[in-house]
Amino acid sequence: MKLKLDKKDFKPFLQRLIDEYDLYGPVQLEEGVSVFKKIDQFEEIDLTHPNSQKPPKEIFFPQSEVMFRYEKVGKQNQIISLEEGKKERILFGARPCDIEAISIIEKVFVGEEYTDVYFLEKRKKTTIIGLGCNHPLSTCFCSSAGGDPFLRAGSDLFFIDLGEAYFVELLTEKGMVFHKNKFFKETDPKDLTFVKELEEKAFEKVGFSIPVDGIEKRLDLMGESSFWDRVHEKCIGCRICTYLCPTCHCFDMVDEGEHQRGQRVRNWDSCLSPLYSLETSGHNPRPTSRERTRQRLMHKFNYFPKNFNQVACVGCGRCILYCPVHFDIRKAIIWTSPKRPKRFEGGMI
Amino acid sequence: MVQQKIREKARELLTKKAVDLIIGFGEGTLPLRATPLFIRSHEEADRLIWNSFCENNLSTYLHKLSQFKVGLIVKGCDARSIIALSLEKRFKPDQLFLIGVPCQRMVDRRRVKKAVKGEILRAHEQGDQIIVEGEDFKTTLKRDDFLYPSCQDCIHRTPIKADVLVGNPVEESPLIETHPEVKEFEKKSSEERWRFFEKESSRCIRCYACREVCPMCYCAECFVDSSNPKWMEKGLSPQDLEFYHIVRAYHQTGRCSGCGACERACPMEIRLTYLTQKLNLDVKELFGFETGIDADVPPPLSTFEIDDRQEFIK
Repeated sequence: MKLKLDKKDFKPFLQRLIDEYDLYGPVQLEEGVSVFKKIDQFEEIDLTHPNSQKPPKEIFFPQSEVMFRYEKVGKQNQIISLEEGKKERILFGARPCDIEAISIIEKVFVGEEYTDVYFLEKRKKTTIIGLGCNHPLSTCFCSSAGGDPFLRAGSDLFFIDLGEAYFVELLTEKGMVFHKNKFFKETDPKDLTFVKELEEKAFEKVGFSIPVDGIEKRLDLMGESSFWDRVHEKCIGCRICTYLCPTCHCFDMVDEGEHQRGQRVRNWDSCLSPLYSLETSGHNPRPTSRERTRQRLMHKFNYFPKNFNQVACVGCGRCILYCPVHFDIRKAIIWTSPKRPKRFEGGMI
Repeated sequence: MVQQKIREKARELLTKKAVDLIIGFGEGTLPLRATPLFIRSHEEADRLIWNSFCENNLSTYLHKLSQFKVGLIVKGCDARSIIALSLEKRFKPDQLFLIGVPCQRMVDRRRVKKAVKGEILRAHEQGDQIIVEGEDFKTTLKRDDFLYPSCQDCIHRTPIKADVLVGNPVEESPLIETHPEVKEFEKKSSEERWRFFEKESSRCIRCYACREVCPMCYCAECFVDSSNPKWMEKGLSPQDLEFYHIVRAYHQTGRCSGCGACERACPMEIRLTYLTQKLNLDVKELFGFETGIDADVPPPLSTFEIDDRQEFIK
């Protein structure tokens, strides 16, 4: 169902959502630093940032999450589970790449063998309102990674900024709940033409220049390639690329507190940290950044496609933008391929 | 031209096998960025570049290259880190060949980005100007208005220690008297200082980029990673974030060269150098010591004198 929301109605529309739901959206913590968090007031929402630093994955998979508390009463150990909030939730203003990434994480967390209740609870309760990318950045390569700047998959409602209004599509059952929303209006044919124009412009900008296609097979043959000896060299082993990655989903569980009372917490973890693979004996099967960088790239582009038929990269470009030593994952992808676009010539990494 | 001289020196060193590898800067794939570059053959020498975007402190890589003879491109602050590290005996004296480059002060890419509307697609330097271009704009900016805070008050731009200096030594006068944020910080009451620190550290995502880029952060086990004893939890509670930031900064006392790599690395744009630079100024005032200036004088907090100041012990 295709509808329209005038910009002048945007505030009352969102205010209504804030009142009725737990609404999550992009917020600037500081000029240029954007994250997704719970919105209490309309004014907090900021849609000017092209791509938040932290992706909205943390709305479903928080960086640090208490799983349960424990307490010893007399001789009895008690486990106290935490009640999830009852309120329905809305994620507003997420980009198609980040929404695609949530589906990717879901493949791991809601699988045939295991179900992660913490993720699933939040996912079930959330309606996703996607926002089309009119102005993808030069670091974006979603189309090469199987998505596109206007990919609707995963969104329940999809917004496209037409300037004076938002073009609104209701895509799923959850989205259709809004079909009688008093702020939505009928569209007219010229809106559709405009949407098409915006889409074409964005597609053209993103292009298909990064050879993600076929990377799984290429990496099959590269387990001990000398490629790994060079590609890792400048990596300093921080966790930026994995924490800001919308698809990275590794976590570590710790008990905080003492044996009388405490809580079990899970925190994001990163394969680029030596601690990640350090065993109790002191042995580390991934002793240097060579092995750790290989793990990061192999997981995204070889192991994950083997398990789930899809690369674990959506081409959002965050790891390129925020790497302190300017490691460009596009270059790594390109170097696995014989087809190299001209602008990436001039040596490795 | 400095870039040409760097390439020539690198080519010479690699040809006569005086070093195993050279770490310098290469062209980035994004405007306003250069990237650390590791080269091992003289044929690669022409990939080395020099401009105002060579912001990384490359001495941090030495910790994982102890078995090699390394040629390293260093700015003034990087060379000071090398002196501080050699005082801590982090490498053998003959393991390094330092190619010193008098620094023109580095450009703060984030401030440049914030000065224009729209994505910057191309950027280049022309004399004392930076010209940035996007889809529908072309702007000329004055280079000196967009420098990293740590570069503005720098008075050690010419490397103090180098095996060869490419380019002429520069005049050592600061652009401004004190680091702009230190000055602001000093004006605050202790309560306001705490609130500022609290707000900055609240954005931390514990990626540890500030630690990893810092040449002085090389402990085999960082206090945040230790599980026995466990000094802190691993989540995002304010007390843990604040504890990390305060200890990280204090651990640098008398060891920080003020290169600013920590602040540049932070994806959440947390201000960090107001703290380390304030400590540097305190150390200078209290002990008359500056990091990485004299290769024979150990940092004050790792040594003692009988007549040390003691009035703070009550």
